[in-house]
Amino acid sequence: MIDESVVAGTLSEALKTGGEFAEVFVEDRRSSSALLDDGKVEELSSGRTRGAGIRVVVGDTTGFAHTSDLTEAGLAKAARAAASAARGGGGGHQVAALGRVDAPAPNDVEVLPETVAKATKVELLGRADEAARAAGSAITQVSARYADGRRRILVANSDGLLAGDDQVRTRFAVSCVAVGDTGMQTGFESVGRPIGFELFDEYEVDALARTAANRALTKLAAQPAPSGSMPVVIGPGGGGVLFHEACGHGLEADLVAKQASVFRDRVGKQVAHPEVTLIDDGTMAREWGAYAIDDEGRPAQRNVLIENGVLTDYMWDLLRARKEGRESSGNGRRQSYQHLPMVRMTNTYLANGTEDPANIIAATDRGVYVAHLGGGQVNTATGDFVFGMSEAYLIENGEIGPPIREGNLIGNGPEVLTGIEALGNDFAMGSPGTCGKDGQGVPVGDGTPTLRVASMTIGGTAA
Amino acid sequence: MNPEELLEIAERIVGWGRDGEQIEAVVGHSQETDVRVYEGEIESLSVAESQGVGIRVIADSRQGFAHAGTLDTDVLEETLAEARDNAVFGSPDEFFGLVEPDGVDPPVLDLYNEALLGFGTEAKIDLALELERAVLAGDSRIVGVESADYGDALSADAIATTTGIRSTGRDTSCYVTAYSLASEGEETQTGFGFSVGREPGTLDVAVAANDAVERATRMLGAAQPPSERVTVVLDPFVTAQFLGIIGSTLSGEAVLKGRSLFADRLGDQVAAAGVTLVDDPTNPEAFTASDADGEGLATRRNQLIGGGQLERFLHNSYTGRRSGSASTGSAVRGYASTPGVGCQALSLVPGDRPPSELIAGIDNGVLVQGVSGLHSGVNPVSGDFSTGAEGLRIRNGELAEPVREITIASTLQRMLLDVAAVGSDLTWLPMSSAGVSLVVAEVTMSGA
Repeated sequence: MIDESVVAGTLSEALKTGGEFAEVFVEDRRSSSALLDDGKVEELSSGRTRGAGIRVVVGDTTGFAHTSDLTEAGLAKAARAAASAARGGGGGHQVAALGRVDAPAPNDVEVLPETVAKATKVELLGRADEAARAAGSAITQVSARYADGRRRILVANSDGLLAGDDQVRTRFAVSCVAVGDTGMQTGFESVGRPIGFELFDEYEVDALARTAANRALTKLAAQPAPSGSMPVVIGPGGGGVLFHEACGHGLEADLVAKQASVFRDRVGKQVAHPEVTLIDDGTMAREWGAYAIDDEGRPAQRNVLIENGVLTDYMWDLLRARKEGRESSGNGRRQSYQHLPMVRMTNTYLANGTEDPANIIAATDRGVYVAHLGGGQVNTATGDFVFGMSEAYLIENGEIGPPIREGNLIGNGPEVLTGIEALGNDFAMGSPGTCGKDGQGVPVGDGTPTLRVASMTIGGTAA
Repeated sequence: MNPEELLEIAERIVGWGRDGEQIEAVVGHSQETDVRVYEGEIESLSVAESQGVGIRVIADSRQGFAHAGTLDTDVLEETLAEARDNAVFGSPDEFFGLVEPDGVDPPVLDLYNEALLGFGTEAKIDLALELERAVLAGDSRIVGVESADYGDALSADAIATTTGIRSTGRDTSCYVTAYSLASEGEETQTGFGFSVGREPGTLDVAVAANDAVERATRMLGAAQPPSERVTVVLDPFVTAQFLGIIGSTLSGEAVLKGRSLFADRLGDQVAAAGVTLVDDPTNPEAFTASDADGEGLATRRNQLIGGGQLERFLHNSYTGRRSGSASTGSAVRGYASTPGVGCQALSLVPGDRPPSELIAGIDNGVLVQGVSGLHSGVNPVSGDFSTGAEGLRIRNGELAEPVREITIASTLQRMLLDVAAVGSDLTWLPMSSAGVSLVVAEVTMSGA
C-alpha cells in the first residue's frame, strides 16, 4: 500500500521532537452496497476511503493526526502534527528496523466480492423480497440490503513492527413490516461473515427473508410483555449480546484502569456460577469479529476472560499493556484511520454447558423465553445494562407459550453472572453485530448456549 | 478549504455530466481538534482534517450513488464513473429526480464564528483541564473523572446539481464534556455534563461541571422500586431523545413506505391539546440550525403537530414528488449517503410552568433523569417502547429518593395523548431536537 521506506521515514519524522513511541496506521477501504425497499432496487452505492492515522506517545500523552494524503510529504505533515501534540519528551528515541510479520488470516476468502457482477448482487435482493412477501399476505413492506467491504490495513511502529491485513466482510439483512388488527409489527434477520460472496453458498437469502417475515408475523399475535422481575431463559445464539454488554465491556482494561468498571480488582475472584466460562476470540474462523491482526498490528488471540466462574484476565490494547509491562491481548481496534485505537471485543461468547435445553425450559415454571435479542447498552461503572428483546415468548408451566411484544430487559452484570442457574449443551453463535464505544463502531460477534438467569427485570406494560 | 473552493469542485463534477443525465455533487471538508485530559495530564490530542465527496447520478429514471474520502481529481472521476455504473442496476422509478431551485430564500444565520480560529491549542487544553478540576472539586463523593474533553470543528460544504442548485455553507462548533464517577461505600454511580457553542467564549465550564457532579451524586443510594403505574416527568435531555424518535415517524419516507404509525392520521388529534411540535432549522438558537437542507434547498419552519392535531409530514424532493406535494426542505444526509428525510431542529412549543411547579403538582411519580437502551427498546414502526431508566421519586409534590434499574414502557401513540404538561424550560442540545420538561401520565414502571 505504501513503500516501506516512506513508512520508516514517517516514523522518524514523528519521533523528532521527543516522542517515545510512534505508529503509522494506513487504511484503504472499499465498500459496496445495494438496497431494495418498497419493491424496488432503490440504490447501489460504492465507497472508497484511504488515509493514514499517526500517533506519537510521550509518557501518558498521545498525539494523533490523520490525513487522506498518502504522499511522503502528506504523511510527514501529519507526523509533525501528531508530534507537536505530544511534545516535551526526553528525546533520543530511534525507530527500530522494521521487520514484517504477518499473522495468519482466521479463514480464507474464496470469492472476492469485487469480482462478482453487480447484477448478481442485485438478484439476491429480488429473491429476498419475493420470499418475504410470500410468507404471508400480512407482510406489507420489505427491505433487503446487501453489503460488502474490503479493508486493507498496514501498521508500523517505532518498535520495529510492520504488519498488514486484508479484511473482507460480506453481509445480508432483511427487514419486514406486517400489518394486522393490532397494528404494525417488524421482523429482522441478518447474516454476515468475514468472507466473500461464498456467504451465499451457506445461506439462502429466501430462507433469511422468511425468518424475518415470520418474526414480524408472529408478533402480530403477541401480547404485551409482562413487567417486573422473573426468570429469563435465553435461546442458543440469541443471548451473546447479553454477555457482551453485561460483562464484556467491564473487562476492557482501559475502563478498568479508570475505575470505570465494576470488575476492577476482581481478577482471581469468583464472579460467576462455576459452570460459566467466557471467552473473547479474534481468531474464530468465519465469525464476524475475526481478523488476522488488530489495528495496532498485534495478531488476534483467543482470550479466556472468565474460567469456571473465576475472572482470569481483562482485554488489553498496546498502550494499556505497555503501562502494565505486559503484552497486548490483540484487542486494540479502531473504526478507521481517523480514530485512535482502544480496547475492543472481537467474538465474545459463553462456552457450552451440559444440560439438555428442553429440560431448562421445562424446569421454568413462569418466565420469559428470549429467542433473539436486539441491541443493548451498559454502564460499566455500575454494571447496569439494558437490551431489547426482538423475539420473545412467555414461559408458562414449563412450556414456551404465546409471543410477547417488544420490550427491554434490564439487569446488572455481576448479578446476572452469579444468577446463571443453568447452561445448555446447544452452543450457537448469534447475528453479526456492530459494537459502539466512545463514538466508534467495530464489527463483533457473540454466542451462547441456552441458559437461564434466575431473575431479570422485564420492561413491559402488562401487570 | 472554504465553501467557494468546495463549490468549484462540485461544479466541476456536475460539468462532466452527459446528455440525459442528472448529476448532484456534495462536497464536504472539516477540521477538528479533540483534547482529552485525565488526572491533570493530556491523555490524547487529535488534530484532523477530512474531506469527501458524494455523487448521485440519475439516468433513465434510475439512481446510482458513490462516495469517496478524498478530493483528488482521479478519485472524483472514478467516483462519478462508479455512480454512473451503479445507476444501471437500480429499478426505474418515475419519481427519481434532482430538486430544482424552488425560489425560497435561505434564512440568514450566523453559524460561523471566527473567534474559534484564533483559539490556540494551549487554551483548548486548559479548558479541558479546568473542567476536570471543576468536576473533582464539585463534591467530596466525586472519586474520578473518566474523561474530560474539549472538541471543536470547522465544517464547510457545497452542493451543485445539473438542475441549477448551488448551495454552500459553513459553520463552527465546539464543546466541553465530562464523565464523572461518584462513590459512597461500595457503590459507584456515573454522570455527565456538557456545554456547546459556536465559539469557546460561549462555553460554560461551570454548568458542564455542575451537571456532571449532580447527575452522578444524586443517584447514590438508588434502589430498585416495585413495579407500578405512575406519572413521569421527563428531564429535558430525555424528552429530546423521545422527540427524535417521534420525529422519525413523521418522515414522508416512513409514511410512503408504510412504516409510519401516523400514516393515515393527518388532521387527527394524535396528541394532547398542549402539544405543538415544530421542526425549525431556521431558528438560530438551535445548535443544528442550517440555512440549506441536504439537497441544497432553503430550510424552512415546518409545524408538524399543532394543538395536538397532526398537520404535516416532512419531505425531501423524492418523497414530496411521490406524495403529490413538494419538498419541505427536510433532506438530511452526509456526503457518504443519498438524502433521507428527517427533522433538523425539532422542538415542542414550551408551556408556561417551570419544572419545579410541574413536580409540585404530582402526588406519586418519577422524575426520569436518564434513559438507556432507547434505540433497542423503541420500535418506531409499531410504536411500542420500553426503556431502561433512572431518576428520583416524586412524593407529594417533592423530589424524594433515587431509583435505578427500572424501565418505563408505553406506546408512542399513548404517550403523546397522555402528555399532561409541557414545561417552560426549553433548552437546545447538541442533537437535532430540543429538550423541555414533559409530564406524561399513566406510564408503566417496571422494577422489582
